[in-house]
Amino acid sequence: MIVFLIYIAIFVVSFFVVKFVARKAVTDYTSLKTVTFGDESAVTPNRIASVVSVLTIFLLWGAFTGSKLVPPFLHAPGPFFGDASFTYTAEADDGTQDDATVTVRVFEVGTDVEVPVVEPGEGWAKNDADTVGAWRSGLIRVDDNDEKGRDEGHRVIAVNGEPIEPGGSVQTDFGRVGMSPKGTLNFEPSKGWQMEPIWLPAPEAVWDRFLEIASDGFRGSTLWEHLGYSLMRVIVGFFFGALVGIPLGYAMGLSDWFRGWFDPIVEFMRPVPPLALIPLVIIWAGIGEVGKIILLFLAALWIMAIAARSGVSGVRISKVHAAYSLGASKPQIMRYVIMPNSLPEIFTGARVAMGVCWGTVVAAELVAAEKGAGMMIMVASKFQNTDIVIMGIILIGIIGFGIDMLMRWAERVLVPWKGKG
Amino acid sequence: MSGLAIDKISMRFDLANGTSVQALKDVSLFLEEGELMSVLGPSGCGKTTLLNIVAGFLAPTEGKIVMNGHTVTGPDAERGMVFQQGALFEWMSVRENVSFGPRMAGQREKKWAENVDHLLDVVGLHDFKEKAVYELSGGMQQRVALARCLANDPDVILMDEPLGALDALTREKMQSLVLKLWKETGKTIILITHSVEEALLLGERLLVMAPRPGRIHREYRLPFADLGVGEDLREVKKHPEFGQRRDEILGMIWDMEEEIMGRTEDAQ
Repeated sequence: MIVFLIYIAIFVVSFFVVKFVARKAVTDYTSLKTVTFGDESAVTPNRIASVVSVLTIFLLWGAFTGSKLVPPFLHAPGPFFGDASFTYTAEADDGTQDDATVTVRVFEVGTDVEVPVVEPGEGWAKNDADTVGAWRSGLIRVDDNDEKGRDEGHRVIAVNGEPIEPGGSVQTDFGRVGMSPKGTLNFEPSKGWQMEPIWLPAPEAVWDRFLEIASDGFRGSTLWEHLGYSLMRVIVGFFFGALVGIPLGYAMGLSDWFRGWFDPIVEFMRPVPPLALIPLVIIWAGIGEVGKIILLFLAALWIMAIAARSGVSGVRISKVHAAYSLGASKPQIMRYVIMPNSLPEIFTGARVAMGVCWGTVVAAELVAAEKGAGMMIMVASKFQNTDIVIMGIILIGIIGFGIDMLMRWAERVLVPWKGKG
Repeated sequence: MSGLAIDKISMRFDLANGTSVQALKDVSLFLEEGELMSVLGPSGCGKTTLLNIVAGFLAPTEGKIVMNGHTVTGPDAERGMVFQQGALFEWMSVRENVSFGPRMAGQREKKWAENVDHLLDVVGLHDFKEKAVYELSGGMQQRVALARCLANDPDVILMDEPLGALDALTREKMQSLVLKLWKETGKTIILITHSVEEALLLGERLLVMAPRPGRIHREYRLPFADLGVGEDLREVKKHPEFGQRRDEILGMIWDMEEEIMGRTEDAQ
């Protein structure tokens, strides 16, 4: 919630700052338009906003994980580290009360820690010492070293002078002291606002993990093997999907028998999410490569068939008529009119299909795989290696984006006439 | 027998609601080789249907088209067609578009190159032959369409409002070009238009069609096309007979439109 409010604040503040500071000096055609609200063509992405947006995400990420990349004064309050102390008041059956101090050393989980040494102190209740990890909590048996133990009715009645009873708690400067139903004290050092690395590691931790896995690999395969396997499955699955789907789409666009025969199948299969096919494909083909490629083949097939079909339907009848009047034969019409005319549609379909395939392969690998980007993050999550999970998500995003960019580029180069008919 | 015979063509098709439309009824005419005929009529008089039947894209329910002694059964290179717009192949350059017919016929470039380049010169697109067609203006695109049709050397050229989408000035230039090409090549041309002036200027013969059912209402033989070959079209329009004919035909079409409106009102 706080993160969200800070995010909105940065959004609003940077908007006004940028509007104020960076007044446009340009006088291109768009900037001279007076009607911009409602004119879609006048809305171009503000590149400053994009940069600030990305920086904001990393800033918030760093600030709330105590990253070294973010200057310390921007850090959100971190968890308490060091020696915390509070006093408790115990009462025994004989009605006597005595105070003692508890010293708790709060340490970073995963580092070695020594129990602090304390003087036993006066009275029958002796001073205690213990350790608790940051973001954790620990039971502290204050009666263990006291002269009057539980057998003599030892019970804690107050912490730092504030009365406490089983189930209740007292807030101290260092954290919360609670009492279990059985009367044992439980110390929970204050967590601050930062995220524990197990929930969200700092950006540099993710980067370090990336370098480590890039050089050492993960689970017996290099990082490039994991990503390469995912990509290979997508490419092979998509290739076969297009190989069958495009001719099928053409046939459906050119023959009423094909259209009638395959329409029910295609129209039924199209809305079925490929993810829903994973269990069936695993039953039929197992969790190996064949199963994954069949799944991606099915994911790409219907999309490509429909793209090719609408590419054929989209050809202007006057173009076909013109070609016939110029003496072209049916195969020539196919080759020189219908195929080039349907290419833009096929490219649009291919872009969609590649996106769907990439999503599907990751999901399929989440379910079962020996190698692959999805398998990597799934296994990492089981060991709570959040840094690997985040690294994997970022890599999957980058590759998905890269695929889309590549397809757009290919489209620009190969079908320059798109939308210009 | 050369020339194009339209022999008692009737066209009737059923609609989804069970009624049927008589698009054409008993249309007959004969075109000599090298004649230029323009066809006018109110919307819905079946002129585009007639053209599609002559081109071979539609089969008439009755009657037949006879050309060069054989009955027309489908589209053929002997009958070229120029469409209103959007019939160019935008994945080909100007030159590839114009040479489409010869290339489909399997001719080698050596054979067609000279003719194609000549035609590109004639239509004034010599400097644009390697351009993509979508880079050209509407008027230039129609010139490509004309050249593409001529490059295939058809016996008859069918034009379905080829200049309808052009602005007035470009249209006037294109009208001169059509006349020039007609005179130079001696092709038989049927030209459908919405513009009475265009029909008068370009039509050696002018056919006025009437709707419901589509039929030939009246035919004129006009001198303006011949005049226009040597003279500025604007001068031709100043001809006293031109104005007279224009008013006469405009009135005729106006009456037909009125009649259609009247009938619809009666039906309601």
